Amino acid sequence: MNALTTMMLLPIIGSILVAIIPSDQVLRIKQAALGTTLLVAISGILAWIKFDSSNTALQFVESVKWIPSFGINYAVGIDGLAIVLILMSVLLAPIVVLAGWNESEGGRWSAKVFYILILVLETMMIGVFAATDVFLFYVFFEAMLIPVYFLIGGFGSGDRAAAAVKFLLYSLFGGLLMLASIIGLYVISGANGGHTFDITRLSELHMQMSSMTQNLLFLGFFVAFAIKAPLWPLHTWLPDAAAASTPGTSVLLLGVLDKVGTFGMIRFCLALFPDAAKTFTPLILVLSVISIIYGAFLAIGARDIKRLIAYTSISHFGFITMGIFAMTSQGMSGATLYMFNHGFSTAALFLVAGWMQSRRGSSTIADFGGLQRVTPVMAWSFFIAGMSSLALPGLSSFVSEFLVLVGTYTRYPVAAVIATFGIVLAALYILIPVQKVLHGPTTPGNENLPDLNLREKIAIAPVIAIIVALGFYPSPLLLVINPASAHVLEVQGFTDPVPSESAGK
Amino acid sequence: MDFVAPVLNYALLAPMLIVLGGALLGVLIEAFAPRASRHNSQLFVTIASLVIALSALLRVRKQVSVSAAMGSITFDGAGVLFQAAILVIAILSVFLIADQENFTALAASVPGSNEERMAMYTDLRVTEVYPLTLFAVAGMLLFPLSSDLITLFVALEMLSLPLYLMAGLSRRRRLLSQEAALKYFLLGAFSSAFFLFGIAYIYGYSGSVTFSGIQASIMGGAGNDVFLLLGIAFISVGLLFKVGAVPFHAWSPDVYQGAPTAITGFMAAATKVAAFGAILRIFYVAFANAEWQWKPALIVISIVTMVFGSVVAISQRDVKRMLAYSSIAHAGFLLAGVIALSKAGLEASIFYLFAYGIATVGAFGIVTLVRDSAGEVTDLNRWSGLGKRSPLIASAFAFFLLTFAGIPLTSGFIGKFSIFSAAYASGSTAVLIAGVLSSAIAAFFYIRVIVLMFFKDSIEDGTSVVIPSGLTTTTIAITSVITLVLGIYPAPLINFIASSAFFIR
Repeated sequence: MNALTTMMLLPIIGSILVAIIPSDQVLRIKQAALGTTLLVAISGILAWIKFDSSNTALQFVESVKWIPSFGINYAVGIDGLAIVLILMSVLLAPIVVLAGWNESEGGRWSAKVFYILILVLETMMIGVFAATDVFLFYVFFEAMLIPVYFLIGGFGSGDRAAAAVKFLLYSLFGGLLMLASIIGLYVISGANGGHTFDITRLSELHMQMSSMTQNLLFLGFFVAFAIKAPLWPLHTWLPDAAAASTPGTSVLLLGVLDKVGTFGMIRFCLALFPDAAKTFTPLILVLSVISIIYGAFLAIGARDIKRLIAYTSISHFGFITMGIFAMTSQGMSGATLYMFNHGFSTAALFLVAGWMQSRRGSSTIADFGGLQRVTPVMAWSFFIAGMSSLALPGLSSFVSEFLVLVGTYTRYPVAAVIATFGIVLAALYILIPVQKVLHGPTTPGNENLPDLNLREKIAIAPVIAIIVALGFYPSPLLLVINPASAHVLEVQGFTDPVPSESAGK
Repeated sequence: MDFVAPVLNYALLAPMLIVLGGALLGVLIEAFAPRASRHNSQLFVTIASLVIALSALLRVRKQVSVSAAMGSITFDGAGVLFQAAILVIAILSVFLIADQENFTALAASVPGSNEERMAMYTDLRVTEVYPLTLFAVAGMLLFPLSSDLITLFVALEMLSLPLYLMAGLSRRRRLLSQEAALKYFLLGAFSSAFFLFGIAYIYGYSGSVTFSGIQASIMGGAGNDVFLLLGIAFISVGLLFKVGAVPFHAWSPDVYQGAPTAITGFMAAATKVAAFGAILRIFYVAFANAEWQWKPALIVISIVTMVFGSVVAISQRDVKRMLAYSSIAHAGFLLAGVIALSKAGLEASIFYLFAYGIATVGAFGIVTLVRDSAGEVTDLNRWSGLGKRSPLIASAFAFFLLTFAGIPLTSGFIGKFSIFSAAYASGSTAVLIAGVLSSAIAAFFYIRVIVLMFFKDSIEDGTSVVIPSGLTTTTIAITSVITLVLGIYPAPLINFIASSAFFIR
């Protein structure tokens, strides 16, 4: 059977297994969920090994007729960008399950429901990156909101119901705009050689569209994605959702789900509507730069650790979007690598923040102090994750942020220069909380916090390892990403600007 | 003058004749059968005649005839689909009606009178509802097959009169129920008058009341266009009243709320199929060539209906009123299929009608189950925390709400996609945009109910979900399964509809 389909079926089977286990055997349920996610991770790594990076065509392709009269297929296949994101998703899933071993206990419902939702979500996460049929993509894109909605509303903390509703309404609104665009594509494809949702055939369609049509359809997709990968001013749902979710859900939400937005921009906005993408590039770059700076300022002012991480993500998504719409090969590669790295550095931050919160009973920065002495392992993990988030050289995010800035500078120097201030601000928003939380004298209430236990250490170790390893040696990923991102640009006729030899005559 | 005996094709008329026969048998049972056995025998006769009618219909489904009853009835593929949908919905609704808890003991007694108390005391049961249902179903079966205006009017009255009575049969809050019935009757009579007035104009225009005759004179273009325009307008008023399109919707929230819930479900689902069947036939056949006369007005009505229904539904505090406004919004979506005026539009409308009808019966079936000691609880605030007490029923209701909202993997999504794409393909961009925007608004109140059920704590006021009877369980189970299957794998039904959705002229 097709490797991707197998990967999508495994979590479904796992969720059925979890559903069968009696509710009182919580340990069994957790083991089954962890086992399933590990199995999926292994099959993801195997797919990664089998993936031929020199081949820019879609790989692991499978296509089965689904609703023939509308030209809808179950069609999957991945290129270098998709495999990287799928790898990130399947690696994060077992870490989330292991790290949040007791997360399900504060919920409205039993642990069983929690793990069924997580596993169903995992299937959809793989599906949304693997789909090469726009309709199938949309189905995953929308359907995955439902498990997340229940994960936030049922197992989160604080004002979880309101946060869940806000998340869902924002996403549905974007999704419906996208639906309008998809219907537009469907009708146009019907008028030009038969109804289809095949991404490759649709990408040839833009020649037949008037620029007005193309712009409108582009906007339908782009707004949906800009809500997902929150771009200023559509970001307001994210801090609430991230603060109300369990740490594990936050990791999946920011680490994986939001990447669907940036991934979609490459896969759909650029590939389907290249002319419209060029038209809107200045506007999008402005929004990205605002996101970078504005997110950073929000983060500096944040008093809650989880909100802080959410705000830093808004800033980071600004970088990613900027890298994508710079339309240079470095920018594109950097953006893709950034998506992967952001997944892991955010995961580390959220997991440690979650452990801090469960130990201290608070996620307010001011409540912590001097953790370095009390809980060294936890403190070091937080420190490394923070350093990765501010893109310290030697840690993974540095490479991607650098590539994005270089890639943007060659075409849009002003945007790149302003964005660079984002790095300075990043130092502020990371170093201030690091100083407050980790260093200095241990403040009252923190003296007896226990350090990470073995389970938590096992969960955080691979994340830290990936952050450090990719910081020194990013080429395994770049080897896969570079040909793919060059291909994306080449197909739609974007070329890198030729560097001018000398400024003077 | 010679009298020519009418030539009737009994095989093609069999479904209607069987249902009418069952209704007459029901009247006899009502008059002569001993009271103790009445309910069971009525139920048996009703179900049996509906099932036999369905099988008789399936036997002749491939036949096509314009002369089934001297040119007054056109039997074609689309007609078969409408009739089949009505019969399936009717069978499922009768299962709900069989739960006598919702009906008044003695419909003829004055509310609050001694007579009523005696009837309650002796445990009388209303059984008139069964023959009334069958009469209404017979009218509904005739409605979408009528191919002249006189037959159309007879069918309209045949389906309406029993419904007026059935709306007043509620066991509790009888005054509200009787008020609803009276309101429905008066407004219905009013709209019938408009309808007749329209027939007169059309006859004045074309000298014919048959659809083919009207079509011929429109194509000939000889008549006075003012008469045609007035005729179409007045006939549309009568038909749009039945589907609850704005501005002819005023009756529907009150009637939905006042009528016994099982009847509301039947009315909402089956009437809509029948009325849209008739609307589709008259606009696709008789008035097709006068497109420019009615299309602009219908586009406006469609947009206003979907937006108004969605917006007003937000402020509803009663679940039945909320579903009423939701059904108004859906009437607006369905009008998009009429506007499309294409084969794709017809197919999409039929799929949508079936999917929506099934989900509606299921949703109202669940409403009948939420009760306290005084009967059904329809106040939404008292539904809070239902997910905790009855997870299965609450999940099923949430699922139906997601269908109404058109979330992927439910039948509502496929319906929405196909009907909007048909409308857009015919050039109605405005309908598409209004459709997705009002879907976004509608999502808000559907989700609010889900929040109430799952994320709010329950209030202890005796509201509970009663253990459903076997028949009610069957209805809810079947409707849920159909809704899910049509969402995941709709291809067989879509192909079946595509193969037989056509009007002959």
